[in-house]
Amino acid sequence: MSGTLADRATVHGGVGTSVPRPDATAKVTGSFEFLGDMHADGMLWGATRRAWVAHARILRIDATAALAMPGVHAVLTQDDVPGHRYQGQAVTDQPVLAEGRVRYWGEPVAIVAADDAETARLAAEAIVVDLEELDPLVDLEAALEHGEIFRHVPVRRGNPDLHGEVVIEGTYVTSSQDPAPLGTEAGLAIPDGTGGVDLWGPTQWVHIDLEQLAACLALTPAQVRVQPCRLGGAFGSREDLSLQTHIGMLALRLDRPVKMVYDRTESFVGHVKRHGSLMHYRHEADRHGRLVRVDARILLDGGPYQLTSNAVIANSTYFAVGPYRCDNVTVDGYALRTNNPPSGAMRGFGSNQPCFAAESQMDRLADALGLDPIELRLRNALQPGDQLPTTGQLIEAPLPTDEVIRSVASIPLPDDEPNEDPRHLPGGTGLTTPRDRVVRGIGYAVGIKNLEFSEGFDDNAEARVVLHGDGAVVHTAAVEVGQGMVTVLTQIARSALGISKVHVAFDHTGQIGSAGSTSASRQTQMAGNAVLQAATAVRERALAQLGGDDLDDDGVWRGDTLLASLAELTAEGPIEQHVDYHHRATDQPDADGQGDLHVDFCVAAHRAVVDVDPDLGLVRVVQIAIGQDVGRAMNPQQLLGQIEGGIAQGLGHAVMEEVVLDHGVIRNPSFTDYLLPTCLDAPHVEAVLIEQPSTWGPFGAKGMAELPTMSATPAVVAAIRAATGRPLTRVPVRPEDLVAPALTGGTR
Amino acid sequence: MIVTMEVNGEPRSAEVAGWESLLWVLRERLGLLGAKDACLQGECGSCSVLVDGDLVCACLVMAADAEGAQVTTVEGLASSGDLHPVQRSFVDQGAVQCGYCTPGLIVATAHLLEQDPDASDTDVREALAGNLCRCTGYGALVRAVAAARTATATDDGSAAPVGDGADREVRS
Ligand code: FES
Ligand code: FES
Repeated sequence: MSGTLADRATVHGGVGTSVPRPDATAKVTGSFEFLGDMHADGMLWGATRRAWVAHARILRIDATAALAMPGVHAVLTQDDVPGHRYQGQAVTDQPVLAEGRVRYWGEPVAIVAADDAETARLAAEAIVVDLEELDPLVDLEAALEHGEIFRHVPVRRGNPDLHGEVVIEGTYVTSSQDPAPLGTEAGLAIPDGTGGVDLWGPTQWVHIDLEQLAACLALTPAQVRVQPCRLGGAFGSREDLSLQTHIGMLALRLDRPVKMVYDRTESFVGHVKRHGSLMHYRHEADRHGRLVRVDARILLDGGPYQLTSNAVIANSTYFAVGPYRCDNVTVDGYALRTNNPPSGAMRGFGSNQPCFAAESQMDRLADALGLDPIELRLRNALQPGDQLPTTGQLIEAPLPTDEVIRSVASIPLPDDEPNEDPRHLPGGTGLTTPRDRVVRGIGYAVGIKNLEFSEGFDDNAEARVVLHGDGAVVHTAAVEVGQGMVTVLTQIARSALGISKVHVAFDHTGQIGSAGSTSASRQTQMAGNAVLQAATAVRERALAQLGGDDLDDDGVWRGDTLLASLAELTAEGPIEQHVDYHHRATDQPDADGQGDLHVDFCVAAHRAVVDVDPDLGLVRVVQIAIGQDVGRAMNPQQLLGQIEGGIAQGLGHAVMEEVVLDHGVIRNPSFTDYLLPTCLDAPHVEAVLIEQPSTWGPFGAKGMAELPTMSATPAVVAAIRAATGRPLTRVPVRPEDLVAPALTGGTR
Repeated sequence: MIVTMEVNGEPRSAEVAGWESLLWVLRERLGLLGAKDACLQGECGSCSVLVDGDLVCACLVMAADAEGAQVTTVEGLASSGDLHPVQRSFVDQGAVQCGYCTPGLIVATAHLLEQDPDASDTDVREALAGNLCRCTGYGALVRAVAAARTATATDDGSAAPVGDGADREVRS
């Protein structure tokens, strides 16, 4: 089933138009209710006692003093978990509260409920936790040596004895990056009076939370209603549970609503981060620059619990080469267990780390061959009819690698002269940078990533479209995290129905089945296709009911005659259709990591222009251009928003964002010390949307929201390299990397 | 102690504890949940409000210090159901994604355009550098301020109609 844009070009606010978000007005007036804004009569406030050590044995937990405080209602520990004591998506290996050991800095040990937030906080502090500190395991090579492996993904493809004439070897490091959604974790649990609970928490997939919560709370799935949305951003950080089980336990124990809100420091330890990585690469090419073989070893720092590391390392491994043809590939990807903070999903999901390493390698290869970096990439660009270099999967769907590279290279460059205004110079208003010291650099990078879930996962999304007398309602449990899925689903339903009066209702787990995760760039295609099919069926039934040939806001038409209004059409009851959409099946990998593991792919190319102050090591990103594969543009304005927002996060990881770790301890868990790009740091963005319709996405759309982040990071670093001549094998690039004497050179 | 202020033109008072910030009082005592709490350290601007006409981080103001002050929050900007031009242009220009930064940014932007109606894009970027947004990358925000500036200048109360149906260049 698919529609075309031309079919319904006339419906107001349909696909292809830049309609504003339906929730925008509530958000600009301050009336939108976020998780932390929720309130229930008689509610208590929860707080968390954490252990601020990276690794320790728990000797004693004593809540006597806390319980004696007026206004404190309960202190619970791991012994109080009513059901299964562990949570986790793939394997349940994370204790709900620390059990016997503390395995990362800030791990929750006990939870409190009290009359007000301040009492809860003070009571949490008053809980005595005696610890015997242990050495934390924080080094990736040591973790590998000790066999602390969550998952090893091997790729063996082609002839191991084939070699190229030019060999480039390199070791690359990426630090951990915090998703840092602006809303911290917050939640509310309300007991239903019959033993069950309604639970609002930070989630990207209510049904995967439901499985874990029901097990841990010793309830049936029907007794737990996990509610979606109300999030202040996500970017992967809400894929794993944070406070949900805790507020559920307190609410059920006390039979009172319980609310909990993390402060920013808690948020830093309370959600997963982008894996830090250590990668070794060897690229071999012929003298024309064609890749002959790529060997890589990728180590990801998973922290103490598996969470989504098993899937993240699969992405790192399968996208280790980038969007390039290469027939001889060996990759060993390892997700490792350490006592660093838990890692998991963040925008790009394991594809970003190898993108930085492999694109750095491509630049060095171009340099060694005396080739333009664009030309080298075009010579190797992966196209339909080629095989993915790692898994051998035949690329059948449109994949405009060549086009994204050419388009980004053709976008006009900004003015050569650095602007006189100090706010346009690397030192900014500090007035530290004389204009004549500024060096400009230009760099490129290309990224590729899978869409949807891979490796044989039966990925589905349910939706129900209901036509009433006053318009249509789309029901879904897909989570809106701020990205704008709510707008796209509205547009798809409008175009499929021919009706502009469409409202998206976000259902809880008791009302509809799973729509899958809001991740992997998947909801535009997955929830989108479910909505498209359901809406199309509703339209067909509405027309069939009266023998009409068109449906719009007025009702059902035959030729120029209005047969019935929507109210008349639905007088006997609404017309509704429920759809459970599944994408085509994929393979599980064989022992060599080969197979049709992925449903679809998306590509993007970035060009970064930077100005560098080489005396102080300061960088200002002047412009980032992007060629972005979108399938079909459902909402150009929202696409640009995803592109600009994604680029800012990729830029952040290139030059400022690092979770600074010292023996497992986060040294910068605040917005004072963890630097996010501000309005002055964000570059001017020039975007070209490449439209080659997806063969299966709704109206040809593709998911795309992760790509803008991925290759932005290596493009910015490439530009800094071009400006400074520094090797820069680690992100984020720090000022000292630009001013300290280079290891290989003398003094500057 | 009792603190009395004028909030969005209405006299309001609340019984507050000594440790409470203006942000806490607005949100928890007065039920004005628009201002947000993303850092509580004066770094993110999500709690931005006006106190006696000055733009402040409400998380850094002690409630007791706001005694007698005139406070304007995001809830006080729309007049009789009509969106403030800044609010209108944020909607139209797609400057809102998750929206957590939005209330603070709306207040800060309205303040900026009042102080400096001719602010250039670079002035805007500098003035709003204290308001973090993790979703938008700020591009739509700068476009929204430009549209609001035009709307305020022409004084017709409505931002340029650039939202609905306005396509950007798309090449296939
Ligand atoms: S919450 Fe006040 S500045 Fe961040
Ligand atoms: S819109 Fe999400 S933080 Fe700005």
